[in-house]
Amino acid sequence: MITILFSNVLIVGGIAFLSALMLYFISKKFSIKENPVLDKIEKSLPGANCGACGKAGCKNFALACIVSSREEFENLYCPVGGAETMQKVAKILGFKAPKKEPQVAVLKCNGTCDNAPIKLQFDKIISCRLANQISVGQTECPNGCLRLGDCVKVCKFGALKINEKTLIPEVDESKCTACGACARICPRGLFEIRAKGEGGKRVYVACNNKQKGALARKNCKAACIGCMKCAKICSQIQIKDNLSYIPSDVSAEKYGEELVKNCPTGAIILKNAQSKKEHS
Amino acid sequence: MTKTFSLGGIFPKKYKITSEIPSKDAGLPEYVYIPVKQHIGTPAKILVNKGDKVKVGTLLADADGVISADVHSSVSGEVIRIDETEAASGYFENMITIKVQGDEAEDYIDLSQTLCKEIPETPQEIIDKIRKAGVVGMGGAGYPTPIKDTIPQDKKIDILIINGIECEPWLTSDDRLMVEKAEEIVIGAKILNKLFGIQNAIIAIDENKLKAIDIISNITKRYVGVNVRVCKTKYPQGGEKQLISAITGREVPSGKLPMDIGCLVQNVGTVFAVYEAVMKNKPLYERYVTVSGDMCKTPQTFKVRIGTPISFLIDQCGGYDEKTAQIILGGPMMGNSIIHTQAPITKTSSGVLLLSNELSKRPTPTDCIRCGKCVDSCPMGLRPYLIGIYTRNNLLEELKSIHAQDCIECGCCAYICPARIPLLDFCKLAKIELKNKQGK
Repeated sequence: MITILFSNVLIVGGIAFLSALMLYFISKKFSIKENPVLDKIEKSLPGANCGACGKAGCKNFALACIVSSREEFENLYCPVGGAETMQKVAKILGFKAPKKEPQVAVLKCNGTCDNAPIKLQFDKIISCRLANQISVGQTECPNGCLRLGDCVKVCKFGALKINEKTLIPEVDESKCTACGACARICPRGLFEIRAKGEGGKRVYVACNNKQKGALARKNCKAACIGCMKCAKICSQIQIKDNLSYIPSDVSAEKYGEELVKNCPTGAIILKNAQSKKEHS
Repeated sequence: MTKTFSLGGIFPKKYKITSEIPSKDAGLPEYVYIPVKQHIGTPAKILVNKGDKVKVGTLLADADGVISADVHSSVSGEVIRIDETEAASGYFENMITIKVQGDEAEDYIDLSQTLCKEIPETPQEIIDKIRKAGVVGMGGAGYPTPIKDTIPQDKKIDILIINGIECEPWLTSDDRLMVEKAEEIVIGAKILNKLFGIQNAIIAIDENKLKAIDIISNITKRYVGVNVRVCKTKYPQGGEKQLISAITGREVPSGKLPMDIGCLVQNVGTVFAVYEAVMKNKPLYERYVTVSGDMCKTPQTFKVRIGTPISFLIDQCGGYDEKTAQIILGGPMMGNSIIHTQAPITKTSSGVLLLSNELSKRPTPTDCIRCGKCVDSCPMGLRPYLIGIYTRNNLLEELKSIHAQDCIECGCCAYICPARIPLLDFCKLAKIELKNKQGK
């Protein structure tokens, strides 16, 4: 009995040892030489494979970094990793990191429960994109948030969630990487990737309604009615299709409070208005 | 022997409570709202101005571009507004609002009830008349008929199928039309026969419309080249591809048109509109609409002027109360629920349904139990459960490989699913995503 066991162990062990030897030599002989820099760069990237940089994934981006010239490298940017990551990559390659302002997604709709009351009930519709195709939505605003959370599902960083009180999605600034996935999936184009602004302070129009004032107000109290008041305060602000747009280079520090105060509907939002004071 | 399509299909409850009730003229509302886009393609170009006096049949908007259709006034009166007005979906569409004054028709329209049997000589003459009348497919899609009926040189039609199958529950507008305007439809079929240069028109009717089958088959005995075929009552027998499969046994290849295999399918409503356009010079400004549903007090099929507000029809049926959970424009399987009853009836609306909570409520979905019923029921031979999984994970390449774009959105899979998974929603979403991807 013992001899049978012993011989079995010997035979199986022998086969395993021989196979291991074979595998070792084959892997040595046919190994592919990979650029060690590629591996290094890939490790310094976030590894989310989100595609925000415009490449098919992090490895692809790393490859693009390696083959790029000095000028080309300045056009490559990983919005998820931000300046920090790009500096690391630049250090590996011996280039200078491109300078880019940190960005964040903002929701161009303020159709909260209070502002835009629910007028009809959706019956278990699975997606915003589908709802947008067949109906105007719960609030009857043809350009506003549909509140079904396609953006929440698509966000890989958990930066978006539907606020239970307001029913519209909220952006968690600390988690948002400005990858733009939400902007791409929203059927009504409600997300804008904007510069974070100095100290996180930024001012924007939280409305996307292109209807005339009276119609827009009918469904939502906080709709932009295109009254031109903001355009009078700052000449950079443009009004198109009854909708105001504040470009991101309008200083929130300089105009922010005045714009918010003068907006008759409250469509203009100033984010992080307090943060500056806390710092000083 | 009754004919049917080879793959899938379901047998929903019929609810055809209005099939025996003669249709009624809905009369004239106070205002009509006429959308300039009631068809697939580019919206028509508006020709009238605010304050203009119009008559029944006055051209309001002209076809713009290749795929488009003319829009005519359905009433006489004054144009009081040309602006964005709320449509049934709640979105704003460009509409012409007319205040109704009297009921005066344009001189060129023949309003007499006499039958005309003399078909114009040349196909060109026929197609011009159809184009001038603004006829579009009245089955639901609204594809402009003159474009569908213009066959390219290299293609040949050998069979014309007239779709008298109303497989959606509740709806009886085509049924009533066939019973009341049987001879007109047969002559309409002859006109289309002449247009294509064939002698092979088949009027397909499903077997539960006994009266329509009886009347039309009696009439077709007197006309050469028009025949009746009885099809099995099965959903979606009225789908274009399913009907071709049932009648001819041919299959439309993925991404091709029925024209490519020598078939052309027209709805009975369209054929009747063709008859009126060619023989009576009457533009398409009226259609049959069924108002029904379990919450409808007096269900009825109406002859309605295009642009009549839906609320005007509902009021004639006794209005609706709080128990009405959903109002659906179209059939219960494929129609969409509407937001505003003020929205108008268009060339493609076939019915208005008032449904209670029990009938319209969507049940809570549970997990897929892999029973394969959706695959068995799909008339296009697709795998709805797989479309659901791929759509949930946004796998567009895979969706393309299982031909998700061939889905006809009939809703058999969602109807049959024992786990109550909204498969139709996933199929629709998959098609939206694939279309968006193609656009990019």
